[in-house]
Amino acid sequence: MGYILEKESFNEVLKKLGEKYRLYAPVRKIGEGRFTDVDVVRYDFVNCLEDMELEAKSDYSFKELLTPLSQTLFFFTEGETKEADMDTSDVIIFLRACDLHSVKRLDDIYLNNKFADPFYEKIRAHVQFALIGCSHSFENCFCVDMESNIAPEQYLFSLDVSGDLVKSAVRSEEIEKLFQSVSAKQEEVIPAHVTENPVRVEIPDEIPNTVYQSKLWEEYSARCIDCGRCNMVCPTCTCFTMQDTFYTENGKVGERRRVAASCMINGYTRVAGGGEYRRTNGERMRFKVLHKISDHRKRFGYNMCVGCGRCDDVCPEYIKFSNIINKVNRAVKEEGVR
Amino acid sequence: MSQENIYLPFQAEILDVIKHTAKEYTFRMKFEGECKPGQFFEVSVPKFGEAPISISGIGEDFVDLTIRRVGVVTNEVFEHYKGQSLLMRGPYGNGFDTELYTEGETVVIAGGTGVSPVRGVIQALADSSSPKDKYVIVGFKSPEDMLFRADLEEWNEKLNLTLTVDGAPEGYDGKVGLVTQYIPELPLKDVSTAQAVVVGPPAMMRFSVKGLLEKGFREENIWVSQERKMCCGLGKCGHCRIGDKYVCLDGPVFNYTVSKDMLD
Repeated sequence: MGYILEKESFNEVLKKLGEKYRLYAPVRKIGEGRFTDVDVVRYDFVNCLEDMELEAKSDYSFKELLTPLSQTLFFFTEGETKEADMDTSDVIIFLRACDLHSVKRLDDIYLNNKFADPFYEKIRAHVQFALIGCSHSFENCFCVDMESNIAPEQYLFSLDVSGDLVKSAVRSEEIEKLFQSVSAKQEEVIPAHVTENPVRVEIPDEIPNTVYQSKLWEEYSARCIDCGRCNMVCPTCTCFTMQDTFYTENGKVGERRRVAASCMINGYTRVAGGGEYRRTNGERMRFKVLHKISDHRKRFGYNMCVGCGRCDDVCPEYIKFSNIINKVNRAVKEEGVR
Repeated sequence: MSQENIYLPFQAEILDVIKHTAKEYTFRMKFEGECKPGQFFEVSVPKFGEAPISISGIGEDFVDLTIRRVGVVTNEVFEHYKGQSLLMRGPYGNGFDTELYTEGETVVIAGGTGVSPVRGVIQALADSSSPKDKYVIVGFKSPEDMLFRADLEEWNEKLNLTLTVDGAPEGYDGKVGLVTQYIPELPLKDVSTAQAVVVGPPAMMRFSVKGLLEKGFREENIWVSQERKMCCGLGKCGHCRIGDKYVCLDGPVFNYTVSKDMLD
C-alpha cells in the first residue's frame, strides 16, 4: 500500500520508528571530506528527514553497518578467550536500490558460501531496510545495465520527497499502522527508479581465459596507485584480514579482529615465507574486475557489481570501472568468443 | 554464546615435537576427529594471529602439523611451544582421497614443505599392496633442508623414491637436480591410467605438470594442491580466491582439469 503525507507527518513516523529502531541514513558531513571545504556523505544515525542527505549519492555505502571496517571477534585474557559482545539493536537502514541489491551479495558471501558467518549473522538478523527512491541517475551510475535499478522487494517502506510531500510505498503491516496513525493519504505509490543512465556497459556472457593475458590490463599498472579506495567504497566488496593485537605491556591481554582488506593493495596475497601472487596493479585490477562481472556470477549466478559507480567517484586516478567493463567486452569480441 | 562459534579455536595439547631442521618442526597435536591429508588447520597464538598449516600426519588421537618458522605466528609458535598447547580450528579444505592413488600406478612429486600435505598420501602408497608401482620424487633446496628423514628412509625401502636436492655442498653423494628432470625416466607400465599428485612452490608445480603431460599423463589423472593466503578457512575473507574458486573451500586439492583454468 502507498501513502502520501506531509514531511512533518513523515517525521512523526520516523520518530515512532526511532523508539524501536536505530535509523541509519546517508548524512552530509560538512567539511569532513578529503580536502578543505569538501563534504562527505556517509552513514550515520538520523532522527528526521532533515538529518538525511537525499539529494546526493552517498560517498560510502551502508556496508560498514553490516561488516564494520574493524570488528573485534574475540578478547584474550591470559588463557581465556571471550567472544566480543555485539550491538544487536534493531536497525533500519535507508538505502537506494543498487545498495539494496548489494545486500544479497553480502548475504551470499557471509551466509551462503558453505559456512554461515556467526558475527555477520548476528548483526544481519537485526537489520531491515527502507528504500530511498532515485528520481534520476547520478554521475557514474550504471545501475540499469547491471539490472539493479529496480529494488528487490525486501524493504519495509520507500521514501520519495517532492516539495513538501513524501511518497511512500509500504510493504510491512507494522509500518503501515504508523502511516495510518498520522492520517497519511492512501494512494498507489511506485518508488522512483532510474530507467536510463548516461553511462552504459555491456558485459560479455563468457570471458575466455585469453582475456587474462590481454594488454588492456597494462594501462592500470601505469595508472592505478593501489590505494584501495575503490574496495572501501564498494557496497559489494567483503574481503577482510584477521589481525591479532595485544594492548598491555605484559602482553597478557589482547584481541582478535578482522579488518577490511583490499585486493588492490600490496600484501593481499602474501603467504608466510614471502610468496605473492598478482604483483602488478594491472593484474590486481583484472582480479577485481573479473570478480565483479564474471567470477561471482559463475559461483552464485548473478553479477556482483551493482553499478553504483562509487569506485569511479572516489578514484584519485580517474579510472572508470564502467570503461574497463566495456574494454573487456571489446577484448572478448575481438577474440571472437561470446 | 548460543552455539559454537566457527571462528573460535579450541585448545589442543602438544604431544610431541619432532625437529627436522632449525626452521621446521613437526608438532604432534592431540586431536580426535575426521581429517584427511591435504586438509589444514588454522593454528593460532592469541594476540599474534592465525596461520593455515597443513596436516602432515594423522593418527588415532593426533594430527601432525609441520610448521616452518617464516612468519609472525610461526615464530611465536616456535618460541612458546614448550610443553603446552596451541589453539587451532579446523580441519578445513577438501584434502586428498587416498584411495584414488593406492590401487594402480601413482607418481607423487613434492617439493620442500610441499611434502607435508602429501606425507599421508605417500605413507598410504608405501603401505599399499603394490608399493612397487608407486613412484615418489621429493626435492629439497639442500641436504640440510630435508624433512621427514625417518620417513624418507622407510619410503626408500618400500616404494620407488627419488630424493633430490637443488644444490649441495661438495662431497654430497645423493642426487642433485630439479624434480622435473626425473619425470621423463619414470618406468611406468601404462601412463594413460597412472595418477599423479604434485605439491610444491608454484614454479615447481607448473613445470612438473608440464613434464607429466609431456610424458603422456591424462589431465584428469593429475592432482595439485594450491597454497594461498587464507585468513579464515571459511570462504569469507576472500584472500585465497582464484576465479570462481575459493581455495579453502573448493581446494586446496584440485584436479588439473579444474586448476588449469584457475589463472592468477
